[in-house]
Amino acid sequence: MALHDSILRVVLHEGEGARALSGAECFSAVQALLEKGFPVSRPRTTGTPNHDGKTPVLVAGAFTKSRTTTAGGDEEVAIDESGSGSLLQAAETARARAGSPEPGAWLPWFPVIDYDRCTNCMQCLSFCLFGVYGVDGAGRIQAQQQDNCKTHCPACSRVCPEAAIMFPKYKAGPINGDVVSDSDLQREKMKIDISALLGGDVYSLLRDRSERARSRFGKERDADKALSERQKCLTKLGEIVADLPPEVLASLPSPIQIARKAEEARARAAAAMKGN
Amino acid sequence: MTQPPPRILYCHCRYAQVVPPSVKDAVLRQLCEAGVAFEAVPDLCELSARRDPEMARLAAAGTVKIAACFPRAVKWLFASADMPLDPATTEVINMRTGSADDLVPSLLSTEMHPNLPAGKTEPTAAATATEPELASTPGNTAPPAS
Repeated sequence: MALHDSILRVVLHEGEGARALSGAECFSAVQALLEKGFPVSRPRTTGTPNHDGKTPVLVAGAFTKSRTTTAGGDEEVAIDESGSGSLLQAAETARARAGSPEPGAWLPWFPVIDYDRCTNCMQCLSFCLFGVYGVDGAGRIQAQQQDNCKTHCPACSRVCPEAAIMFPKYKAGPINGDVVSDSDLQREKMKIDISALLGGDVYSLLRDRSERARSRFGKERDADKALSERQKCLTKLGEIVADLPPEVLASLPSPIQIARKAEEARARAAAAMKGN
Repeated sequence: MTQPPPRILYCHCRYAQVVPPSVKDAVLRQLCEAGVAFEAVPDLCELSARRDPEMARLAAAGTVKIAACFPRAVKWLFASADMPLDPATTEVINMRTGSADDLVPSLLSTEMHPNLPAGKTEPTAAATATEPELASTPGNTAPPAS
């Protein structure tokens, strides 16, 4: 997926050659397009819609004359009383023709860093197993591979000591972007302390278990027992990070892979810290 | 000379259920019925991840009112796309916490009440701790920009 490609935008045209839409017509069209994942512009000015030339555009309106393209060459589709079906079909056709990304193909769930709070401690980088975090040329932490993030998993925000990591679609504050209170900060710190008491961090727990599992598997390589051990590890992780979704737990790598990835992430974080 | 009215951005938060549908629909309906110009996006998070040029246009457009979620989240969604909003000319209408009846008058009003959280806007100004243990020091947050 090319995450940085722009999605086709629909422009409502109410200027020359098209009448103004009623409130109900506008709402019906805009809501239907948004539900299908298409951005919509209702421009302030009348006349031919302008745009940046980079984003593919479809012009929609209640046209007084039958046309298929604007003077600028953009495709047009009529908004009529037959409902939003033809509008959505035209948007989908124009999207496919322009090679624009398919709306909804990726669920936009990823960490957003509040740099007013972030201290660049790299705990998120060393915690995340999925390579979401990286550093920029100045050694500053960034969410670089947003589409690697596991949908509905807020675990990295739990290890941030400053509550600087937001998931805007999360259910509760301060992770959802709500104001961070002193009690929120204390709670976040307490979670890290609990994790430390359990053995440094959750991954070291898993690593210990994987060591034990490895010696046992050396004696008896039983597939059922291996699966059982993995499930125990994942359940333990789920207990520590209470709101990890089951599907995230299920998609985690094996304990041995987790240990290796955690080491790699730690090494990246240490290298970034050294560069600062 | 009269100031142009603020631009309006409406986020439909398409891919989550965190904004009550009744609030979203009522805000959008009244926006359409008011006959004003607006930009409507399915999901501001998605635009941010894609670094959509539309965000740059909005961030550079002068006064803007954004109907979305928490101001702190909106601020850093724009900033993380390298298109920081101007705190002096941006008002965020939080559809997660208000009712449509309360929110729409603010959204349609030409009067601005900027409400982005104070602090640094540029990611480049992020605090850079040099020791890992700094992060666990209580109160070690970045100082607000003056």
